Amino acid sequence: MANESVMKVLKKNAMLIVLVLVFIFFTVMTSGQMFEAMQFNALITQNAYVFVLAAGMLMCMLTGGNIDLSCGSFVCFLGAIGGILMNVKQMNPGVSIVVMLIIGVIYGCALGYLIAYVNIPPWIATLAGYLAFRGWGTALLSANSSTGSISLAAQKGFLAIFSGKIFSTPPGKLNVICVVVGIIACVIVVVTQFMSRANKVKKGYEVDSMGALVIRCVLACAAIMLFAYKLAMAGGIPTVLLWVVAIVLIYDFITSRTTMGRYFYTIGGNSEATRLSGVDTRKIMFLAYLNMAVLTAITTYIVAARFQAANSTAGTYYEMDAIAACVVGGVSAYGGAGNIFGMVVGATLIGVINLGMSLMGVDANWQKVVKGVVLLAAVVFDILADKKNSTK
Amino acid sequence: MAKELLKMDHITKTFPGVKALDNVNLSVEEGEIHALVGENGAGKSTLMNVLSGIYPYGTYEGDIIYNGEVCKFQTIKDSESKGIVIIHQELALVPQMSIGENMFLGNERGKKNAINWNETYGEADKYLKMVGLSESSRVLIKDIGTGKQQLVEIAKALAKHAKLLILDEPTSSLNETDSRALLDLMLEFKKQGMTMIIISHKLNEVVYVADKITVVRDGSTVETLDCHTMEISEDRIIRGMVGREITNRFPKREAIEKGDINMEVKDWTVYHPLYTERKVVDNVSLNVRKGEVVGIYGLMGAGRTELAMSIFGKSYGSTITGKLLINGKETDLKNPRAAIDAKLAYVTEDRKGNGLILSNTIKVNTSLANMDGVSDKGIIDADKEYQVAVEYKQKLETKTPSVEQNVGNLSGGNQQKVLLAKWMFTDPDILILDEPTRGIDVGAKYEIYCIINDLVRAGKSVIMISSELPEVLGMSDRIYIMNEGKFVGELNAEEASQELIMQSILQSGKG
Repeated sequence: MANESVMKVLKKNAMLIVLVLVFIFFTVMTSGQMFEAMQFNALITQNAYVFVLAAGMLMCMLTGGNIDLSCGSFVCFLGAIGGILMNVKQMNPGVSIVVMLIIGVIYGCALGYLIAYVNIPPWIATLAGYLAFRGWGTALLSANSSTGSISLAAQKGFLAIFSGKIFSTPPGKLNVICVVVGIIACVIVVVTQFMSRANKVKKGYEVDSMGALVIRCVLACAAIMLFAYKLAMAGGIPTVLLWVVAIVLIYDFITSRTTMGRYFYTIGGNSEATRLSGVDTRKIMFLAYLNMAVLTAITTYIVAARFQAANSTAGTYYEMDAIAACVVGGVSAYGGAGNIFGMVVGATLIGVINLGMSLMGVDANWQKVVKGVVLLAAVVFDILADKKNSTK
Repeated sequence: MAKELLKMDHITKTFPGVKALDNVNLSVEEGEIHALVGENGAGKSTLMNVLSGIYPYGTYEGDIIYNGEVCKFQTIKDSESKGIVIIHQELALVPQMSIGENMFLGNERGKKNAINWNETYGEADKYLKMVGLSESSRVLIKDIGTGKQQLVEIAKALAKHAKLLILDEPTSSLNETDSRALLDLMLEFKKQGMTMIIISHKLNEVVYVADKITVVRDGSTVETLDCHTMEISEDRIIRGMVGREITNRFPKREAIEKGDINMEVKDWTVYHPLYTERKVVDNVSLNVRKGEVVGIYGLMGAGRTELAMSIFGKSYGSTITGKLLINGKETDLKNPRAAIDAKLAYVTEDRKGNGLILSNTIKVNTSLANMDGVSDKGIIDADKEYQVAVEYKQKLETKTPSVEQNVGNLSGGNQQKVLLAKWMFTDPDILILDEPTRGIDVGAKYEIYCIINDLVRAGKSVIMISSELPEVLGMSDRIYIMNEGKFVGELNAEEASQELIMQSILQSGKG
């Protein structure tokens, strides 16, 4: 009995455990380099785009395993637009951001319309975008710059919002604000966990044991404080972390607490049953791709700010990283199942593998091989675990 | 006496919880047309699936003796190699492929993996001629009508060197002329020595072609009638098919005062979504009062589900004409949402296909059609949603440890209850229940009937679509009889009987 419940906990948190093990593995293999403050900072700044895009990809995948192949190319295209607006046309960065967002919304509406109302299979519609926007973006860049790249280094305000640090301090010196924020985060986690449990007990619902709750809180706080300390030593909280946290929280709320979010799941589970229950299933499909395009626009800001430039190579393979993060995080490739927490673990796992292998000096080509194997293993594990459950 | 070609000896086939066939005996002589008749779910198709190896040897009890030897078929291929070929009710043709390609699908002409197209089309044309088709075998299946497609199926069977041909409802999708042509073709084959088994609901056709008729009821063979030694009338067959007593299988419902007409449909005609010329529902009018259970009886394919779905927010059909009045007011329900808002509910016959989300919990399924009832400004009230699910679980006595259980893990009867809960939670005035007891056991059926009684007692209107005669008779205040898209009769509960209902269907078929 006790054995069984341990197994249940292990299975439920399998990817989280894998994440910790992989992290330890790389820490050992890099003789501790992986555990340095700078690497924690890099883990966030280098992978922020995965979290943002994967949140959008999650919504698409929930509706029935649908994907968006065009988001990476669109990052390139929109980056080129941004570069031209800010650098060539000398437009105000704030206005530029709004214009980019509007273009993203227009693309999202067009894509959503084609997929939801014209019934074009998503992978075909987005494959067209994948090809067209990479070409268009590159063409725009070469027409406006001899090097094929437009610098954004002069846009201080833009960089500060998307790639700066909050109350930055020199590396190696403890950033107090960062630690305080970490402590506040811990308090929020502990309080909400205990309040939710108390609430459930009051209403007579099923709850986990007190011990399990305490263990969970201690582990969560330890992880948060470790992160906060490391970031504090690396100069402070990157602004991009706020963007990621905000998006994760918003999409967690949408998927778990709103009726609209619920419909994404039920369409993936049984589209016809959902339609006959009075849900406008086409509108939901439309929203999935509109939402994806908006998040792609946000990704473009983050990426352009990090590279301080618009490049023709920006966004390469981003769509694949987002899909991989979702799948590794337990989002069903057939739709109807998956959550933000899983996606975050999946995205972090991929980020850790990327970073770890780079530190080890693994050849870029072999990195792709490893990521492919991890992706496949995650899906196989998922399907086998599902089978075991269903035969019970 | 002719030689006995096939003997199915004491066949018993059990599915989990259900005995589909119970000691069935069937004897078919060489060169005869043997008809198999019975109600839906009587076990005819199961018997033929046993014969053709779809249920392999070992999964059933009893022996199949064909041509004097006991057969142990493992797959369809085994039975086909002996010359037993089955043509299923649903056409199994690939529309985008040519007639010739379809005829030799899985049985390609040529050497090893290379297909010899000349041989394919040459052979195909030869068999097409035998069934009286003048089309070239290079024509695509989608370019010929259903009647001709059925003939292609037969030609395909002939190409497999069939000695015993089984036709499962071969005329169900054909019009009068095509049906007659097909039956005449069967008689022609008989002259050439072919043995055939035909499964059909259309008793006039059975009487027309059959030499012998075996009646199946509740998984057992009731009798075999010889059409040459005695005079067989359709009435005689019906008596065999339905000769079952209705015992206390239905809960009593005290007389309920019938209120005003709640919903009325006038001159309702629905066209097929793809074949937009075809009428699936033809000029149907019906009404239902408050506190009334109206039964719609008809055989499969009569257009009952299509009628119901077209009323429910136009969720079926291309063009729909006619008037829909709810509480006396003419209403146009554009989509399911509008139908739900008009207090209409459609409880589907296909609970796995378009009723429930099996991979989601009872809770999620219960609230799906009325999320507004458990949310505020689009934000779900988790407590309320849980309580609603628990409330309906208790009300309908759904057997499950928790409402957080996935619906896919429940039995058919409990799934049906979740589906009912979902629609009851939308607080409808008019419920259309499509085959509400399909595929569930007797005990659960009784509980579903009790729920129906509770609903009408609360003043709701229930339209119950069913292809089970006893159920329609036992539950309805009034019965509409539907056949081939039309209403062919309306009976009050007092005057209705099984024979009367079957007769109105048969008579309409003749006309």
